[in-house]
Amino acid sequence: MAIRQLSVFLENKKGTLHEITDVLAKENINLRSMCIADTADYGIVRIIADDPERAGKILNETGHTASIREVTAFAVPDCPGGLAKVLSILEENSIDIEYMYALVTTSIDKAYAVMRTNDDKSAEKVLLKNGIELLEEENI
Amino acid sequence: MEKRKYYQPEIETMPVEQIKKMQSEKLVKQVKHVYEHVPYYRDLMDKKGVKPEDIHGIEDLYKLPFIEKSDLRETYPYGMLAVPLEDCVRIQSTSGTTGKRVIAYYTQNDVDLWEECCARALIAVGADKEDVVQVSYGYGLFTGGPGLNGGSHKVGCLTLPMSSGNTDRQIQFMTDLKATVLCCTPSYAAYLGESLHDMGYTPDTISLKAGIFGAEPWTQENRRELEKSLGIKAYDIYGLTEISGPGVSFECTAQGGMHVNEDHFIAEIINPETGEPLPEGEKGELVFTCLDKEAFPLLRYRTRDICVLTREACPCGRTFVRMSKPMGRSDDMMIIRGVNVFPSQIEAVLINEGCSLNYQIKISRVNNSDTFDIYVELPPEQFDDSVKNLTAKEKSLQAALRSMLGIGPDVHLVPPKTIARSEGKAVRIIDERKLHD
Repeated sequence: MAIRQLSVFLENKKGTLHEITDVLAKENINLRSMCIADTADYGIVRIIADDPERAGKILNETGHTASIREVTAFAVPDCPGGLAKVLSILEENSIDIEYMYALVTTSIDKAYAVMRTNDDKSAEKVLLKNGIELLEEENI
Repeated sequence: MEKRKYYQPEIETMPVEQIKKMQSEKLVKQVKHVYEHVPYYRDLMDKKGVKPEDIHGIEDLYKLPFIEKSDLRETYPYGMLAVPLEDCVRIQSTSGTTGKRVIAYYTQNDVDLWEECCARALIAVGADKEDVVQVSYGYGLFTGGPGLNGGSHKVGCLTLPMSSGNTDRQIQFMTDLKATVLCCTPSYAAYLGESLHDMGYTPDTISLKAGIFGAEPWTQENRRELEKSLGIKAYDIYGLTEISGPGVSFECTAQGGMHVNEDHFIAEIINPETGEPLPEGEKGELVFTCLDKEAFPLLRYRTRDICVLTREACPCGRTFVRMSKPMGRSDDMMIIRGVNVFPSQIEAVLINEGCSLNYQIKISRVNNSDTFDIYVELPPEQFDDSVKNLTAKEKSLQAALRSMLGIGPDVHLVPPKTIARSEGKAVRIIDERKLHD
């Protein structure tokens, strides 16, 4: 129960983000969601895209550093307290979040998010147990 | 037949006082010979106001001017020659990686002297007449092959003049003819080790017992790996074409530094900044003076190698001074916050941490204090999309560098291929300090 995320290591320099999105655009790869973490030296771009394997291969072939990892995607009711409930479940189970970002969606009553935790397997188990809907790639 | 412990025991175990006396006598003669026959060096001496009569022994060595690599380039091709060309029988040449090639000339006596040095090195690692010596250094202009080849002949070993390359043939001869001593670069030895393993050989199924590896920097860890992979004892050898070739100094079975052939060469350690001689045990630049060479007798030649000399007694009984493995090159040396830092030390840490050797050092000065930053290209397989994990990687590199260098640089991980390269070689050091007006 996980979705594949494409991560790219970028130099913190003008034009690098455009360059990789351009490479993916030319290969007709659609980006569904994206989150950037940056430091003074580098940036890490995390992307949910269709066909992540092909996207990663193309980026590596064009001289970028890209990798694929599985992340947990879940849905919560799009209302106040929706996300807080998920976080409290994780906290009760001593699961730490490395990062989390929202998935762009067309649904009107649900919000989607993606996260990496220090223990993704347990995170998925406790969320399911508490009735949180997890997403698979075909649902997004 | 019992194996010899020394090739020339009377010289190799000579009491230190006697060695120094011998060096003094030879130095006086050599300075006179060079002054009379090498106009270029005569000019250097005249400029410094030194005459051959001022040199009474090794205590006066410091008065003589240095010879640097740039002098050899300037005098190319014949300017340092001290005998008529008709008396020369051989040339060897440097690879020219740091600029124009240097050509060194040899009389027959010079060749014999050099080969004797290599013979001492072979005996010192336990080789003798019954041994089969596989010389897999390159032959030709490079001194590695010819030097060890000649030394092996002098000892009386069966010599396999393999030269480098053609690994299948190397392994065939090594196994069919039961080579017992391997002479090559440490990196080629490692490659031969891997190839032997791939072909199903184990250390017990080959006859090698010792290896003499030089011409490249290598570490104690490399030594352990080579010893394990080939089932041998691995020994270091040092030399440079300008001084003769491999065998200027050599390691004995004590593996505690390389004995300098002091009957032929005087080794000095100097402060690379000031040129002042340093006392025994201090780290500095190694300088050689040739005492017996006829054709190309360099005096006070600056090797740019940084090392330490010791006269502590060696269990092997040789009295020759020992030099440490070169710890770096003085032309690369940086002084950062008062600490001497060599790129070779940084590279050792990066290799250990599985990092790429594509790195860049930036030094600057802010508020009278040096800043020290290292940019390291992250190998793709170590990429992790969590900032926390990458930061931890930077911290661990910083700690390892601090422990090696004594000062901790700020480590910055950057993506592969982002460090600027000029003519294929990365620009390693950017020093933005303005230390001189």
